[in-house]
Amino acid sequence: MAKRIDIKDLDIYYGDFKAVEGVNLAIEPKAVTAFIGPSGCGKSTVLRSINRLHEVIPRAYVEGHILLEGDDIYAPDVDPVNIRGTIGMVFQRPNPFPTMSIYDNVVAGLKLDKSKAKGRSLDEVVETSLKGANLWEEVKDRLKKPGAGLSGGQQQRLCIARAIAVEPQVLLMDEPASALDPISTLAIEDLIHELKQNYTIVIVTHNMQQAARVSDTTAFFNLAGVGQPGRLVESGATELIFTSPKERATEDYISGRFG
Amino acid sequence: MSISTTETEEFEGLSSQLAMRRLPRFAGLYSAFIAAALTAVIVGLTPAQGVAGSVVIWFVLFMVVQTAWSFAVEGRRFASDRLATTLISTSFLIALAALVWIITSVTIRGLKAFSADFVTTTMRNVSPLREGGGLWHALIGTLEQVGIAALIAVPISILVAIYLVEYGTGRLAQWVTFFVDVMTGVPSIVAGLFIYTFWVLTFGFERSGFAASLALTILMIPVIVRSTEEMLKIVPNDLREASYALGVPKWKTIVRIVIPTAFGGIVTGIMLSIARVAGETAPLLLTTFLSQSLNTNPFSGPQASIPTFVWDQISSGTPASIDRAWAGALVLIMVVVIFYGLARLVAKLTAPAKD
Repeated sequence: MAKRIDIKDLDIYYGDFKAVEGVNLAIEPKAVTAFIGPSGCGKSTVLRSINRLHEVIPRAYVEGHILLEGDDIYAPDVDPVNIRGTIGMVFQRPNPFPTMSIYDNVVAGLKLDKSKAKGRSLDEVVETSLKGANLWEEVKDRLKKPGAGLSGGQQQRLCIARAIAVEPQVLLMDEPASALDPISTLAIEDLIHELKQNYTIVIVTHNMQQAARVSDTTAFFNLAGVGQPGRLVESGATELIFTSPKERATEDYISGRFG
Repeated sequence: MSISTTETEEFEGLSSQLAMRRLPRFAGLYSAFIAAALTAVIVGLTPAQGVAGSVVIWFVLFMVVQTAWSFAVEGRRFASDRLATTLISTSFLIALAALVWIITSVTIRGLKAFSADFVTTTMRNVSPLREGGGLWHALIGTLEQVGIAALIAVPISILVAIYLVEYGTGRLAQWVTFFVDVMTGVPSIVAGLFIYTFWVLTFGFERSGFAASLALTILMIPVIVRSTEEMLKIVPNDLREASYALGVPKWKTIVRIVIPTAFGGIVTGIMLSIARVAGETAPLLLTTFLSQSLNTNPFSGPQASIPTFVWDQISSGTPASIDRAWAGALVLIMVVVIFYGLARLVAKLTAPAKD
């Protein structure tokens, strides 16, 4: 169910501006890959191009290839809607649908696309997804209450439940804990540990300790200079990146000499 | 608890080095009295006369006294604050006074001819000189004309707004926005003339309630497009992306996520446009003229409406018909208020749930 991703020669543009250049990266299944790097270096942009969400921004486009288990998601005639159903995403700010209850939020992806719901009992999906997101015990008695009434940490876990309810093969997380307190952050990190049994997980984080705690592989992005596109500096096993990085820039960033 | 109470008591009544000089609590009231006294002196000693003039003199003096006093004691920031507060509250009261005056005068004068019969009878065979008769025919006409106009205008406008916010990029969207702006500025009689020349003279259809609806549609569309556009724009992009990220197609995201989130505001915009066109008179005179009897068929023959009923009764000019005109105005306000109440109810029932 978890699939591997290979990024080949990826350039990402916002209109005329080249934001990211020449990314080559292998993302292993059933493992956590962390993207780290300073603000504006394009790590979120790379993440958003993995489920073809980058292109919903007007005039934004991508050149190069991203292979999902060998198949290019940027090949002509690939429907981005199908890709996004296979590659789920959790955003920086919790964004439950305000008009929907907790229950409806979890099954939103299934209800809005009936083909995904076939043969599955919605009640079961809600329970498994919320249990998967470690939220079930807290909300099982108020599933019909609005999702916006939960705390920030609970809302974020609700968004994770919503993302895993459609049974994606890859889960992308864009700074999922940056808006949360340490306790909720820990809950999310524990959850990431559990989720990696079943999913390929890619997480963008500004928190170096978090990258060290949760990820198996770390990819460091940086800007070549002001106004230059971001690029992948190096990637490798997390222990190696954090103990003996090959590049000077990586070492500087990790040891805090660069912001 | 007991400890903190004693501590609090210890601090009661202590002076603080941080405290600054402030005006007494009823400084505004004192200023008003001083200004009133000065006004009396000015009106007594100078040729200035009249109630309105006195009020203006008093108000200017009041602001000068209060601001100067505050400036001397409290300093510049508090003086500006008092001045701004006074000006804004006064503007609010003036606006409110106009509204209250309209509603009370229409209610008082309208109640003279208003009764259950007034709502349920028509003007058929009622002489302008006689009392009695009613606006049943006009009420039906207005409900049908505005209802049909809303049926045509609401879907078109919402689709245009969706196009502009969710899809429109480039030249076409710019042109659409431009023409919507132009339509906003079209005087209602021009909309009536357009439908008259287009629908009646060019295509040869008869004047009817439906022709009136078409004219009202032209007036409604820009209002609804604009308000819906604003409502769709404030739906956070996060929600759209969250939906896309679940593999939901764009059109379904718009229908199931964006529209429901903005629904309350969209309904309010529709209601405001209905309230606006329900009182239109000029385009109706051109497209359906008026009638003294009930015509339930909006597609054939002249049809009455409340605004043209009011206009007709005023033109007759007899005491009985002028009473009927006021009662008609009262019913029109009631219709709009009832519509608005219903819309608020719908918006409330469908609003994003809160805990």
